[in-house]
Amino acid sequence: MSTDVAVRVEDKLFYNRYQVDPGRAHIKVRPHTTPTPQLKALLNACPARCYELNDKGQVEITVDGCIECGTCRVIGEPSGDIEWSYPRGGYGVLFKFG
Amino acid sequence: MIEERFDAIVVGAGMAGNAAALTMAQRGMKVLQLERGEYSGSKNVQGAILYADMLEKLIPDFREEAPLERHLVEQRFWMLDDKSHVGLHYKSDDFNEEKPNRYTIIRAQFDKWFSSKVKEAGATVLCETTVTELAQDAYGKVIGVKTDRRDGEIHADVVVLAEGVNGLLGTRAGLRERPKPENVALAVKEMHFLPRETIEARFNLKGDEGAVIEAVGTISRGMTGMGFIYSNKECISLGIGCLVSDFQKTGETPYGLLERFKQHPSVAPLIEGSEVKEYSAHLIPEGGYNAIPELCGDGWVVVGDAAQLNNAVHREGSNLAMTSGRIAAEAIFQVKSRRDPMTKANLALYKKMLEDSFVIKDLKKYKDMPALLHNQSQNFFLTYPQLVSKAMQNFVRVDGTPKKEKESSTLRSFVSARSWTGLFGDAFRFARAWR
Repeated sequence: MSTDVAVRVEDKLFYNRYQVDPGRAHIKVRPHTTPTPQLKALLNACPARCYELNDKGQVEITVDGCIECGTCRVIGEPSGDIEWSYPRGGYGVLFKFG
Repeated sequence: MIEERFDAIVVGAGMAGNAAALTMAQRGMKVLQLERGEYSGSKNVQGAILYADMLEKLIPDFREEAPLERHLVEQRFWMLDDKSHVGLHYKSDDFNEEKPNRYTIIRAQFDKWFSSKVKEAGATVLCETTVTELAQDAYGKVIGVKTDRRDGEIHADVVVLAEGVNGLLGTRAGLRERPKPENVALAVKEMHFLPRETIEARFNLKGDEGAVIEAVGTISRGMTGMGFIYSNKECISLGIGCLVSDFQKTGETPYGLLERFKQHPSVAPLIEGSEVKEYSAHLIPEGGYNAIPELCGDGWVVVGDAAQLNNAVHREGSNLAMTSGRIAAEAIFQVKSRRDPMTKANLALYKKMLEDSFVIKDLKKYKDMPALLHNQSQNFFLTYPQLVSKAMQNFVRVDGTPKKEKESSTLRSFVSARSWTGLFGDAFRFARAWR
């Protein structure tokens, strides 16, 4: 069962300030053919909707909108599905209010 | 490698890190604080309520210069079903005191100010620097940190890990476990801006008075979680958080819950017409006493959220962080003053002092609460709010039904939803976990 309210997450991320570090993704998804239940859970659990299914049915990540909460690390790192680091110093999301 | 050697390195510039760095610098220690954000506070997220007492111990005259939003005079607890709320409101003019007890704050702004105090006290604060690893000697003793700067290894007698709930260093070095999905909540929050007069009118406040609403019920869709609405001067912090394990199980989305919370008929009028200026998310340690890791070792201590020091029942976290940071710093200073090495045995003084403080005492008191709320989430967060709301409606709606019939219908709805054994069992378990 999923929430029945339509939300445009990209509009929410648009409020935020980011310093993007091009070519240096701080989170990586392990190459896979079929996603594990943990990887699939990230499609809904990530509050910035960074995880999406590609047309081959694999889970991909785009880290540009990441708000660095760590939810995906808690779910996906133990199973080895993702590699998690913080962005380099000064990069990533910059909260004005926090 | 940076040749300079420090007495202590503090990783992170949140509440715990700032309290630790400030306390050690005030005592004349040579302190380096490392923060990965552009400035102290730029990566930090909290609701946020500040408890004055803990800050006052560090900076007695903080009220004169800290960026504070509103002092809190009112606390509301709401139990929601889809259309209604049953509320407990506590408002007291006693809180309009000369030195108020609680304030709302905006963390990025508050932390920036807190950090300026750390610098004034003489600590070196280096921002835009991510610590990638702990530096350890052949025996595993922590001797410093490695950073993402060139030649970025820096040495110190002791490292204070104030790296937050999602701290990587301690887990990478095998000093503590990564937080488990059932021990952390994911909270999402928006900042809703409105003219201050509008906020004061909607929350029935005068001047710098503030109000807080905490809400449980159908908004979390049966998951262990809570919504919150905090009034600031010119904006409202509004968010909702639920256990990560529950998100994993249900497939609910955090932003979906937030939208539904905002659309609830009791909430929507409070934020109507507002301009949203930020969307943030953060993990909250919810495991309580049983989730506290080893607090110190050879050359290191861990403080604040990184040590899971959060009282989920009372929603106190930053004060536990601040207190643990201060106590760790005082313990380190004592060890240093005796010219003793920073070994696990000597640093155990921090653990001892923390156990004697309200921090561990409070967490111990509620040690069974996280498991209870987690295992009974459907009852506490879905069934009971719906039943209570139905009972209230039954009580206030006048429609010609005799009161006796109404009362037995209310009672029947409780018993059919939970059974007598269930009701008594829940009450008993709750009382025992609270005690």
